[in-house]
Amino acid sequence: MRPAVLDYARARTLDDALDWLGSSDGQAKVFAGGQSLGPMLNLRLARPAKLIDIRHIPQLRAIEADSRIFSLGATWTHAEIEDGMIEDPTRGLLPFVARGIAYRAVRNRGTIGGSLSHADPAADWVSTMAAIGAIIEIRSAKASARSVAAHDFLRGAFTPQLAADDIVCAVHIPRFSPDMRWGYYKVCRKTGEFAKAIGACVVDPRLDICRVVAGALHGRPLLLPRTTASLRQDGPDKATALVRDEIDDMLATLDVAHRQQLAVAVERSLAQLNAPRRS
Amino acid sequence: MAHGNDGEGIGARAPRKEDARHLHGRGQFTADIRIPGMREVAFLRSPVAHALITRQSKPQGFEDCVFFHGDLAGVAPITTRSSIPGYKVSDYPALANGRVRFVGEIVAMCVAENRAAAEDLCELVDVDYDAIPVIASSTAGRQREATLLHREWGDNLFLETSFDRGMDGIAQAAPVCVELELSTARQVMHPMEGKGLVAWWDHRAGQLVVHTSTQVPHLIRIGLAECLGIPQAIVRVAAPDVGGGFGYKCMLMPEEIAVAWLALTQKQPFRWIEDRREHLTAGANARQHEYRLKAYADGRGRLLGLDAEVSVDCGAYSVWPFSACLEAAQAGGNLPGPYDLKSYRCKTYSVATNKPPFAPYRGVARPGVCFAIELTIDAIAKAVRREAWEVRMENLVAAPAMPYTNITNKHYDSGDYPASLLEVKRMIDFDARRKLPARDEKGRYLGIGFATYTEQSAHGTKVFAAWGLPLVPGFDQAHVKLTPDGALEVKAGIHTIGQGLETTLAQVAHEMTRVPLKDIRVTLGDTATTPFSTGAYASRGIVMTGGAVSRAADIVAGRIKAIAAHLLQVKPEDIAFRDGRIFAGAANVSYVDVGRAWYIRPDELPDNVDRAGLEATAAYKPEVDSGVFSYASHAAYVAVDARTGLVEILDYAIVEDCGRMVNPMIVEGQTFGGAAQGVGTALFEESPYDDNGQPLASTLIDYLLPGPTELPRFRIHHMETLSPYSAHGIKGVGEGGAIAPSAAIVNAINDALSPLNAVLRDIPATPERILAAIAKGGRANTRDAA
Repeated sequence: MRPAVLDYARARTLDDALDWLGSSDGQAKVFAGGQSLGPMLNLRLARPAKLIDIRHIPQLRAIEADSRIFSLGATWTHAEIEDGMIEDPTRGLLPFVARGIAYRAVRNRGTIGGSLSHADPAADWVSTMAAIGAIIEIRSAKASARSVAAHDFLRGAFTPQLAADDIVCAVHIPRFSPDMRWGYYKVCRKTGEFAKAIGACVVDPRLDICRVVAGALHGRPLLLPRTTASLRQDGPDKATALVRDEIDDMLATLDVAHRQQLAVAVERSLAQLNAPRRS
Repeated sequence: MAHGNDGEGIGARAPRKEDARHLHGRGQFTADIRIPGMREVAFLRSPVAHALITRQSKPQGFEDCVFFHGDLAGVAPITTRSSIPGYKVSDYPALANGRVRFVGEIVAMCVAENRAAAEDLCELVDVDYDAIPVIASSTAGRQREATLLHREWGDNLFLETSFDRGMDGIAQAAPVCVELELSTARQVMHPMEGKGLVAWWDHRAGQLVVHTSTQVPHLIRIGLAECLGIPQAIVRVAAPDVGGGFGYKCMLMPEEIAVAWLALTQKQPFRWIEDRREHLTAGANARQHEYRLKAYADGRGRLLGLDAEVSVDCGAYSVWPFSACLEAAQAGGNLPGPYDLKSYRCKTYSVATNKPPFAPYRGVARPGVCFAIELTIDAIAKAVRREAWEVRMENLVAAPAMPYTNITNKHYDSGDYPASLLEVKRMIDFDARRKLPARDEKGRYLGIGFATYTEQSAHGTKVFAAWGLPLVPGFDQAHVKLTPDGALEVKAGIHTIGQGLETTLAQVAHEMTRVPLKDIRVTLGDTATTPFSTGAYASRGIVMTGGAVSRAADIVAGRIKAIAAHLLQVKPEDIAFRDGRIFAGAANVSYVDVGRAWYIRPDELPDNVDRAGLEATAAYKPEVDSGVFSYASHAAYVAVDARTGLVEILDYAIVEDCGRMVNPMIVEGQTFGGAAQGVGTALFEESPYDDNGQPLASTLIDYLLPGPTELPRFRIHHMETLSPYSAHGIKGVGEGGAIAPSAAIVNAINDALSPLNAVLRDIPATPERILAAIAKGGRANTRDAA
């Protein structure tokens, strides 16, 4: 399990990284924390001719915030988010989710942008960003910056809406109000494993945001419109009653056990909306 | 306790001598060894489970760095003969000989300056395969018309055995009959350190030197010499630090033969270090059994008879020397467990399949049979409407019956099995917890499960001979020497693989000589420097080598006394060891004085001094060598989330008896480590194969091991019934912890899920299996409790 021969280049500016990537004929791959790409290189499942290391680009560590949007550079690590080294605009959701990702050794290196770009449907940030309605900012050398809604970001499993010369630069997160509440529940066989099912929900009446998401599917996370509408109108208890049927309807191709675990995850995330707010 | 009261001898909780280097990261494992000019080996492995190799070619320019089967002239395949009638022999070539029989079988050996370059070479080797239908399960292998793995066999059975005693009329007369079909998953062993070896040619000694991560260096020497066709005198096997063995490292491996051949023929150093994917897909396969059981009982749950059929999914080839039938032999022989069973029928099938060879993993068959018999006991309890522990008490061999020879001729030497069960029932707080509601505050279902087992340890000569193995262990040897400066050297051919033998053997030597523990150095596992031992397996080390060290140290102690008696001008029988010195009344000398007298100033000794000197080699096996039986009762208290299928172990108690404990701290470490693996067996570990024989768990993302947060805080209580047969009454304990957890945990899960009419019969108890069992039970709730 050693990688095939490859070149390595460390970029100091985003422009350099974009230029190198753009001129690589699709043969280069962006390298950040390396927590997914590293094993794939070792297994020779990924065989780029060149790695472009973006960990040392200050621009990708930028934080820009105004009263509505909090923008987080792509190479912040899970551990930094867990440890509160950046402001949390989500009233505890981001650090809570970060703390549950893999193991601390992975969190020390793995980055939020890397996790999204890897596009594992079971990854926590994929579902979380969809639930909070984050926008993913993407740049390439050829085109101007573009934005994709997080819940649309996955074309399928491990297939993000990224061209070969694209780099995820930042995530734009709504700055939630003090009335915001959230729930996040994942079904995991053991600490640090990828989830078998994820339920995430966010309610912020002041911002008129209400979203309920089922994640760890075969592709992008699923917004549950009926449950969401009920949550908005009647609150978590009524909404909970709709989850099982909506998941059975919308995800009929999944096996029964998986649908059940998804329903449980979403129901339990909704139940957290009633619980006293965690610190 | 009389022993160990000076804090260093048998019974003392002495800190482990090997810990300092490991805790400081200064152990020396195979991969730490660097030899100038050493090149690395990577193996090209078959991507298909069953095929003829129709063509293979080496990359141009690298013909000298790539090796196929035909290049290894004169190398014999691994061939494990057995004296059991009907046993069929497989030839397991180091490199595939025109045909591959499992995914991961070695097709070519590639050599380069480093591993990455060697892997690059593997990609350039061109091989064409012509697929043959695949046997991907023992069921498929046993079918008529099944494709044959070894054409000359006529079927796919390494061995079929049949045992039948006293079953006539039982089925007709028994008021209660329960039937169970059970399965245990294929597992992979996962020592922290995988397999690996460094081989080189020692021009000075004229020897092939093999540093291999093994439990059995002396056996590997025999096996390598046989396969390479060279005298054993020119082979030295020296095991460095070994980071866990668990049975994976007690067999001769094709990689060892291939890399040793390179060093032998090229007279250069080479190494191969197994990676985790090789380990997961091509290496350490174990545990996969299927059971069909019919148990007969009376109205109180007293066992009247057991009718069993066991199939073992043995993989494509037999391992050496433990053979492809050890697992089934152990299964058939141990299925009656700790119970007083008078009628028993058992058929076993050791089935060849297109999977890696089956290896003897910690507990060898007994985790499977314990799971089988203990689920059977719980099923009987359910049928007769009694608590499962009561039915166990009804059936356990009672203490006054010891020694007890069971129906399969296992000779249980000593112990009080019922007492262990009652104590573990107390520890798990059964009576109070039974009165609690069926569900906890989170709505999870609560259950308690028990399991009791016996563990034959240090199986002796007769036992291995009866299993028909090609290599039967007899006496273990140890060498003990007092040095000129009064320290003690202990040498033995067994190896330390994490089980603390450097400490426990020193404790035994201290017990006999009273040389301070810090002055005792234990050297193991090198055929050039240690006397013969078949090695560390079958929970035999501390019984067999411990006994040999005890004898050798006792001999040296006598000679120390003789010299000290001369120095003190008393009779040897007036000499006593005390406080690290040698006394006659108040007068005393030191061990240094004795060593100095013998080695440095022999002119001061009388002419009639014992000429045997201050070193001795002694051999040992117990007087009765059918094995000494440790035993234990485990109890698990679990919570099952019936909606997600997840299980939490809330509490876990163990009452074990391994006879005299040489070091209780090490007994506990062994037991906890084994039990952790048992939790893996119960809940997590599974190496599934698809119908094409492709392994579906090829990384640790797919193959789940329990981690710290999945393990309970094991609570342990010791009983200490000395074996009447072994030196110091010691019994083996290395494997025991791994045997009972799957049985105790699944019994607890079934107890918890009984309100839902759900019954689990297959492990690991994954969420999917638990949810399927609940769905089948038909009483599932569709919402969390309010």
